[in-house]
Parts: sequence; structure tokens; C-alpha cells
Amino acid sequence: MSDEADLSRRHFLTIATSVVGGVGVVLTAVPFVQSFRPSARAQAMGGPVEVDISKLEDGAMVRVVWRGRPVWILRRTKDMIGRIEGEPAALLKDPGSAESEQPDYARNPLRAIKPDILVVVGVCTHLGCAPIERFDVAPPDLGPDWPGGFFCPCHGSRFDMAGRVMVGSPAPTNLPIPPYRFIGDHMVMIGDDTGVKA
Amino acid sequence: MSAARSRAAVGQGRFARFIDWVDERFPLTAMIKEHATEYYAAKNFNAWYVFGVLAMVVLVIQLVTGIFLTMNYKPSATEAFASVEYIMRDVQWGWLIRYMHSTGASAFFIVVYLHMFRALLYGSYKNPRELLWIIGMVIYLALMAEAFMGYLLPWGQMSYWGAQVIVSLFGAVPGFGAELVEWIRGDYFISDITLNRFFALHVAAVPLALILLVVMHILALHETGSLNPDGIEIKERKDARGIPLDGVAFHPYYTAKDLVAIVIFLALFAAVIFFAPEMGGYFLEHANFEPANMLKTPEHIAPVWYFTPFYAILRSVPSKGWGAFLMLMAIVLLFFLPWLDRCRVKSIRYRGTTYKLALGMFVISFVALGYLGLQPATEKVYVYAARMFASLYFLFFLLMPFYTRAEKTRAVPERVVYTASH
Amino acid sequence: MVKSKVMTTSIPPCQRLLQVAMLAVLALASGLAAASGGARGEHAGADIRDVASLQRGARNFVSYCMGCHSAQYVRYNRLGQDLQIPEDQLVRDLMFAAQKPQETMTIAMRPDDAQRWFGVAPPDLSLIARNRGADYLYSFLRGFYLDPARPTGVNNLMLANAAMPHVLWELQGTQEAVFEEKGTGEAVQKVFKEFRQVTPGKLSPGEFDGFVRDTVNFLVYVSEPMQLERQRLGVWVLAFLFVFGILAYLLKREIWKDVK
Repeated sequence: MSDEADLSRRHFLTIATSVVGGVGVVLTAVPFVQSFRPSARAQAMGGPVEVDISKLEDGAMVRVVWRGRPVWILRRTKDMIGRIEGEPAALLKDPGSAESEQPDYARNPLRAIKPDILVVVGVCTHLGCAPIERFDVAPPDLGPDWPGGFFCPCHGSRFDMAGRVMVGSPAPTNLPIPPYRFIGDHMVMIGDDTGVKA
Repeated sequence: MSAARSRAAVGQGRFARFIDWVDERFPLTAMIKEHATEYYAAKNFNAWYVFGVLAMVVLVIQLVTGIFLTMNYKPSATEAFASVEYIMRDVQWGWLIRYMHSTGASAFFIVVYLHMFRALLYGSYKNPRELLWIIGMVIYLALMAEAFMGYLLPWGQMSYWGAQVIVSLFGAVPGFGAELVEWIRGDYFISDITLNRFFALHVAAVPLALILLVVMHILALHETGSLNPDGIEIKERKDARGIPLDGVAFHPYYTAKDLVAIVIFLALFAAVIFFAPEMGGYFLEHANFEPANMLKTPEHIAPVWYFTPFYAILRSVPSKGWGAFLMLMAIVLLFFLPWLDRCRVKSIRYRGTTYKLALGMFVISFVALGYLGLQPATEKVYVYAARMFASLYFLFFLLMPFYTRAEKTRAVPERVVYTASH
Repeated sequence: MVKSKVMTTSIPPCQRLLQVAMLAVLALASGLAAASGGARGEHAGADIRDVASLQRGARNFVSYCMGCHSAQYVRYNRLGQDLQIPEDQLVRDLMFAAQKPQETMTIAMRPDDAQRWFGVAPPDLSLIARNRGADYLYSFLRGFYLDPARPTGVNNLMLANAAMPHVLWELQGTQEAVFEEKGTGEAVQKVFKEFRQVTPGKLSPGEFDGFVRDTVNFLVYVSEPMQLERQRLGVWVLAFLFVFGILAYLLKREIWKDVK
């Protein structure tokens, strides 16, 4: 090997060392970035929640917390189901739930596995407030068109009994449906949908 | 081809204009020149000269991993131990970050001790580098404080009892020792309150001081210029352009050379992290895998290895007050090294046999004290050995003005000794 | 100091750095061997690569230890993953009722109750292997011998006057310790010679040793569940640094050709 400086060799080695060193820095950063992801404890605490709905009456709702968010389980009456099915699509922003967040098995007009049981995340898709249940039809304050549903007190978003957002609301999409499944007739497992077919 | 070249030239022009824009507002280019591309260091550095840059690397590792540990650690007596295990088991990659930090603590001291020994070998503390040495010593003190307070945080048995012993040392201060100890702890025992304040000091106050001191250390170094294994001031012989004849620019020559040292260091560092993170109980002590229990002192308690030389000096004296005083003096004397050493020759290459022997004895004493500090206090032999080596340690400093004055030195060459290896 | 000057020029500095660093590591490592050699006790022969042994150890731990000891930092699902135990089997064989796979190995006994019953609260065993070492645990679990002076009826060779009763006596049977007197006069000391079986257990001595080894092996695993992962990753990291080091060295040599 010559003692003289070889500029092209030097150039190559500089580039190669820089690239390999850069790769090393990036690879070293990976564990640090990954450490921000939910830890095993967070994952454990965010595990599925079992809810017994055997005592849930027609038209009644129960609230549970799953992954720090309120999840509502509502047993809808025949009347409520009928109103949802009879709603004109023109009143809804996303009647087919094309833009909204839900598992495939809940992408139907009733947004549910079983028609009577609605499982929905109670967080407004506008700015994260908690809508309140207004199951009374056409009350004076919400006007004659109100079919019963959920009303967000923060900015007035309106959702029907399937959590679908109505035209004229600031909320862009329907209320999210979490993954869930039934264990027998009386238990709902929220956060776990293994074996549920779309 | 020519189009591409002209495009590149335009690109470069834009970049140069941007740099000009910055330079009018911030001395970027001037700083790069002063500290890298036009900072000249002697071309004959040997391997002893890499430990400064390695200390910087470890500092960065400790700062980054420390910040990430802070995100999951809980500084409370009831939660600290469990939060460390949470990091080790539940946080994704938490074990790696924690092992980097725990190994980094020991690596810091290994590197710093070797860096200080380099100064003893080549007289790096001598005129005009006295302040450089003193700033370095303050860094060493800050590092000891940082390590000591960090060691309490896992809240294991050794954390607790180590802190107990070292905090009690302040009780030896005459007059207000007891009050001082209470003030440090903020309680009548090492408690949640102590843990909480040590945490604040460990993650905020001392690191800030360390960073500031390191900047001062580098500024002082670049003011005087780095010395070299021949102990010759290269600034005294310059060429027509004012560049030292024996100097090479820090960048690219020493950046390239230091990079090799950094990779070798990282390989050793990684070997410990991935294959022996406890390092046989020296880096992570076995007794510290048991939560702090204020009712039960571990059978055998010793500080972490980097404190053991001083701990051995403390233990060798059968009086609390004098033991603590001598331990303090063992560190304080180092500050006066530039004035204790009367020899005009800097590098050990040209110094007399007396200094070589004295330095050899000093190193043996330091290592032996470190070993003895790890041993149980029950064996009489160890106590006598510790007394002997402690005496040698102090004699190195106390006799230095005498044996260095009459030293028979060899002639120092005018230019550094360097042979190109290729 | 002529010699040192010769060395400076003959050996590349980075190589010398490597030598110094290697020596430091070796010195520390040999110190560790000397330090840990002092404890008496048998060699446990734990090997956390032996998944079958870990599975048996997990069962032993749950059946015999978890009555009193928790492993509160260990998650069942992590255990299932690392020990290759399917979830249904994990739930059936290793977990208590009403626990979920993502929960940790806690127990119902409260520490203050335990303190009242045993005098000391049985420690959590998540980290016991890192705290005491596998060999100690192996010898401890095999080291119970009859001692009528103790409230539990047994003493332990590794931990004199242990508060823990001999939980495994049905498996091991009972044994007595034979001590010899060594030295004379004031300096006479009782030195352990051997164990003598008094009543046989359900397991033969060899089977019992295997039982204890599996259990200790499991404790070694739970004390640091990521140890195999870290070793695997370590090989890659060192391989990367080796390649990077070669490039950096070639670059350094190339650049330093300028320096005469």
C-alpha cells in the first residue's frame, strides 16, 4: 500500500464510515423511541373488560371504563330500533359509517352485533367531550326533529341511537365502536373480538 | 456532467451564503475553526490521550439514558424499588436503557481515573495548566456527588445503607456535624424525603453543574493547548503561517483517531451491558436486589468499587473524625498537585527514577486501597495493609516537593518524538 | 524511559488501548470469581435455555412456593410467552382463580399477617436469584435438617435459624446434619460433614435434586426474564461495532498518511 494520500479511497472511507455510523445512531435511537410505547403494565391495564348485562333493562344504559375511555352499553327497545331504521339518510353525515371508526362487524345501520345491544365509546368525535343521553323524542329544547340519541353539551353535536352523527353537527364522524364480543347471552367482553365475524 | 457540476456549485453557493448569514449573527465558523479545524494538537498522542473524549461520550450516554429513566422512575420510598423493576420488565427496552445507565456510571469512573492517571504520567497539570487541572478535579468531585446520589435511587439495601454510612460521615464535621447530617437528610433517618431531594439533585442540579464544568474544562484546555507524551509545548515552534510544527488539526486527524477509540470503548461497554450487566456484583451489587430495609443492615457493606480507595482510608483510622478528615485530605491533596510537584520536566519520559518509583507506588497504593475497601472489615491483616497503603498514598503527595526538586531528569528533546506508522 | 518510547512507536496506540481495556475487564472478572467462590454450597447447574426445566420449575413454584411467596414483578403472560406455555394451559395449571393472564404473580397473603405468623414476612421472590445466587438457593432448599430446638422442627445449613419451615419435606423426606469438631480447646469449631437421611421422601434423592434444580432454574429466569434476549441482541451489536470499527480504523489510517 502506498504511503501517499489516496483521495478517492479517503472519500469512499469517509462516506462509508459516516453512513455506517449514521445507521448505528438510528438503530440506537430505536429502543429509546420504542420505550415511549405502552408498557406491559399499560397493556395489562388496557386489557379487555367483561361486563354482565343480564340485569340491563330495555332502554337502560351502563357505563364502563375501557382504556381510560367511557364505554356505553345500551339495551335498545324495539321502538328505538325502529326509529334508527326509519331515519332518512339525508339527516346523517355518515349513514353507512364509511368514514367512522368501528370494527367491520359493526359497520351496519344499527352499528352493532346484536340489534338491541349498542356498545359505543362515549367520546364526541369533535373535541373529546362526553355527550349526554337524550332518549326522549322531540323535546322542546332539541326541536321536533330529535329522534332520541346523544347530545354533546360542549358544541352541540347530535348523535342518533346508533351513535351516528347528524347533519349540522360540528363532529365529523360517528361515535367510535370498540372491538367487543359476547360470551353467552349475558356477558360482553370489551376490547376483545377474537372469533367475531364481520 | 458540466450541468451537474454547475448545479452543485450553485448549491454550494447557496449553502455558503446561508453559513455567511449565520456567521454574521453567531460565530459558527469561528467556533468550528477555533475548537476543531484550526485547533492544533501534537501529532504524537498515544492511547492515554483518548480518555478525555471517552469521558465526553459517557457523559452523553448518561444524560440521554438518565432522561429516559426519569420518565418511568418514581422517587418515593414506597415506589422507587418497584419502579426500577417496572423499567426492567414492563417498559419496552427499559432494561437496555437502565443497563446503559448503570454500566455508564462505572464506565465514567474507569475512564476518568485513566484520564487523571494520564495527567500524572505526562505532567498535564503543570504550569500553565493548573486551572485546567483544578476544573477537572471539581468535575471529579461533582461526579462523585452525582454517583453517590444516583446510587440511592434504586432504593435497594446497598443504596440505603451506603447512603446511611456516607451521610453519617458529615457528622464528623466539628461543631455542627449532627445538625449538618440532619440537614442533608431532611429527616431523622434516610427517608422518602432524602430520596426525593437526592433525586432532584441527581437529575437536575449536578448534571447542570457538570455540563458547565465540562465546557469550562474544554475552554481552558483550548486556551493553553493540549500537552503531549513528550511534555513539550508545541506552540513554541511554529511555521510561517503560525501553525505549530508538531501540531495537527484536531479535525480531521484526532476526530478520526478518537472515533476508533470510541468504537473500541463502545464494544467493551456493549459487552458488559449485554453479557455481564452486573459485572459480577461490582457494577450492580447483589445486595441491591433486595428492597431497602431500615431494620436490617446487610452482612457485608461496602461502597461501589469507585469509592473503595477512599473508603479504605476512612476505615483504616480508628477514629471517626480523623478517618473522615484523612479521606477528605486524600482528595484535597490532589488539588495542590501543580504546586507540590517542583520538577521542571513534565513528561515521565524524561523524569527521574524517583518520580517513576513514587508514581508506581502511588498507583499500587490506590489499587490496593480499592481492593481493601471491598473486603470485610473483620480481618486484622486488611486493616494493617490499608494503613500501610494509606500512608504511601499520602507520602506520595507530602514528600513530593522534596523528591521532585532534586530529581535527576533527562534532556527533553526540542521536537516531539513521532514516527509515521505507514 | 527509552523502553516506553520504543513501545509508543512500535505498537499502534489503539491496539494498546484495547490491551489496557481488556486487562481491566479481565482483572474485574477474575475478582468476581474470587469473590463469589467463598460461599459454601453446591453448584445448582441452572440453565435457563432448558425450557422443559423452566416449565417444571414454574409448576413447582406455583404449587410449593406461592402459598407464601409472591413474584410480584412477573407477569403470567410474559411467562407463558418465554416458557412456551399456551394461554389455556397457563390459566389452568399456573394461575389462581379470578386472575388474568396479564396480571402479575401476586398472592392473597398479606405481609402483616405473614409477619405475625412466621415472625418475618416471606420475601417476594422475583429477584431472589439475583440477590442470593442460584447456588445459594439450590443449597438452601436442599439444606433443611432436623433440629428439635427450632419452632419449625428444622434448621437450615445455609441460613441458620431460618424462619421458613421445610415445605418440601414430603418430597425430600427428613435428614439430619452431621457435624465434626475441628480444632482444640478454645478454638474448637463445629464443621458440617454430611447429611444423613432419617425418613425417605416421595422422591429419591436424585429426583429431589432435579426438582430443586428446576425450581431454582425458574427463579433464575424470573429474576431477569430478558437475559436470553439481551445476549442475542448483544451478538448483533458487537458484530455491528466490529464492522464499524474496521471502517473507522481504515479511515484513520488513510487520513493519518498526511502526518509525517
